[in-house]
Amino acid sequence: MSGPGGAPAYGEIAQFENVGLRYGPDREVLADVAFTLFSGSFYFLTGASGAGKSSLLRMLYLAQRPTRGAIRLFGQDAITLPREGLPGLRRRIGVVFQDCRLVPHLSAFDNVALPLRVAGVPEKDIARPVADMLEWVGLADRMADKPASLSGGEQQRVGIARAVIGRPELLVADEPTGNVDPDMAIKLLRLFEALNRLGTTVVVATHDVHLLKKVPDSLIMRLDRGRLSDPTGALRYPPRRSGVAPAGGPHGG
Amino acid sequence: MADRDEWMRGGPAPHNPQGTPAPQRHVPPPPPAGPLPGLRADEGLRASGVPKGGVPGAGRLLRWRGIGRLDGGLVPQARLSGPTPWVIAIMVALTVIAAAMGLVLRHIAAEAAAELTGGVTIQILDASPSGRQTQAEAALRVLRAQAGVGQARQVPQAEVDRLIAPWLGADTMADRGDQDIVPVPALIDVRLEGAVDAPRLNTLRAALQQVAPAARVDAQSDWLGPVFGAIESLQWLAAAVVALLALALAAAAVLATRTALGAHRATIEVVHLMGGTDSQIARIFERSIGWDAAIGGLLGFGFAVGVTLFLGRAFAALGAGWLAVGALQWNDWLVLTLVPIAAAVITMLTARLSVIAALRKIL
Repeated sequence: MSGPGGAPAYGEIAQFENVGLRYGPDREVLADVAFTLFSGSFYFLTGASGAGKSSLLRMLYLAQRPTRGAIRLFGQDAITLPREGLPGLRRRIGVVFQDCRLVPHLSAFDNVALPLRVAGVPEKDIARPVADMLEWVGLADRMADKPASLSGGEQQRVGIARAVIGRPELLVADEPTGNVDPDMAIKLLRLFEALNRLGTTVVVATHDVHLLKKVPDSLIMRLDRGRLSDPTGALRYPPRRSGVAPAGGPHGG
Repeated sequence: MADRDEWMRGGPAPHNPQGTPAPQRHVPPPPPAGPLPGLRADEGLRASGVPKGGVPGAGRLLRWRGIGRLDGGLVPQARLSGPTPWVIAIMVALTVIAAAMGLVLRHIAAEAAAELTGGVTIQILDASPSGRQTQAEAALRVLRAQAGVGQARQVPQAEVDRLIAPWLGADTMADRGDQDIVPVPALIDVRLEGAVDAPRLNTLRAALQQVAPAARVDAQSDWLGPVFGAIESLQWLAAAVVALLALALAAAAVLATRTALGAHRATIEVVHLMGGTDSQIARIFERSIGWDAAIGGLLGFGFAVGVTLFLGRAFAALGAGWLAVGALQWNDWLVLTLVPIAAAVITMLTARLSVIAALRKIL
């Protein structure tokens, strides 16, 4: 495992402590969730449908605030951070949605270019990286196509390209293979692995346990009715290489 | 790894007693499966040239820039095939017409006030034409000798006859013997230097009492006081209409923005999660409705100018004195051109505030 440039990197990317989430007056959909994500690791978040995976990820990519507990992202307290500070954190996170959420009236090129334009990159500096990125996901010849004319797998690849075009430090994918056939699911997983090799921390939510085998060294978090368990011990004993200690030490889950 | 595989097959979770060394994390081997067609693993990211963690200084840029050429694309607009520009056009047209009315009334009131300042009318109310004329001539002599009287003239009988002919008919003045068929007072039009007030009127009355006991002295502005009041009310009405239309325009902008926000909520959420600031997203809607306001404003202004010119010519053709003096001047037209500009500013500002308020409800 190495970070960008080959340097080992095991800094803490995200920390959840006693996080609980409740929608309205009902019982908590997530309770006492605590874990630490380390830089450069590959995590699977698994659990049955309705276990709270999407809710947990929404908090991770700052679309939702918890009702209790503490969340630190990239060393900053995401709970007390002023609203104006959130875009800066969000720009360090790439999100892949199950339903892709591509902008329907924009071409594949413009969808992938969107994060760069949001970040204020000049137009002259956009064409090349976007073209490269679409080529990287095998869609060099579909740049001008609108999402409606792309297959589910192609749409998801555009979604992945869009999520990683800004070189996020953390990539969060919520059931990214849910709408594609098994072959395409494997291919999408290979893309996530390739990104992870470049140092991006990847969190993939899936309820498909067969997918977990495809990334042998991944770390697994399991949600069961709103509570996080640590079946592989990866959360209690975070990854480290010989001679490189994890930045924050083990955290219970 | 064996424990992990067992758990994935449905077995018990692996045991990790405290103190056991943490599992070693290995660099995964290259993916065994071939890349996607055309996929060159890792190369795309290297070629992107975008540094990890985003673009340095992007936060500063975001405060000043929109989302480039995506502004129009992110929120596709129906333009003239949608209702917003037409609603704005109607609002602007009504506002311009109301404002033009207000300006015309202001001119009429100002012109009339200027004309009547210092104006005094003296009526010699004597049934006998000869007595009337005698008193009128004596009154004129006294008036011309008075200090502060700028001008005093008897309104010629022909002019008086012409004034009352529409009401009494020309025949009533035909017979000019010692007695009129209908006695009509002799009129003296007096211009005082400076404004007319009660003490000056009393001074005139006292001076005329001896030579023209049948004289009745009135300030011209007193006669037209109710007319001025009515004109002022109409001016306030026009101002109120303009204010109400501005409010209605803002309300229309809020509705249009809310509709657009609802229609594009998914896109907005995606842009938000990419790190788009409230200000950036607001600017998208602000510019979009700004275009609608510009198109609608031009249409409405064009229509209102046509209506105003048509009505102006129609009233000018009447030849009525005050209506003619109420014609719009070039600076009035300048004020009217501010209406569509103000409409665009109001709609854009309202859209911005609505979007930011709505976004604050989202994390």
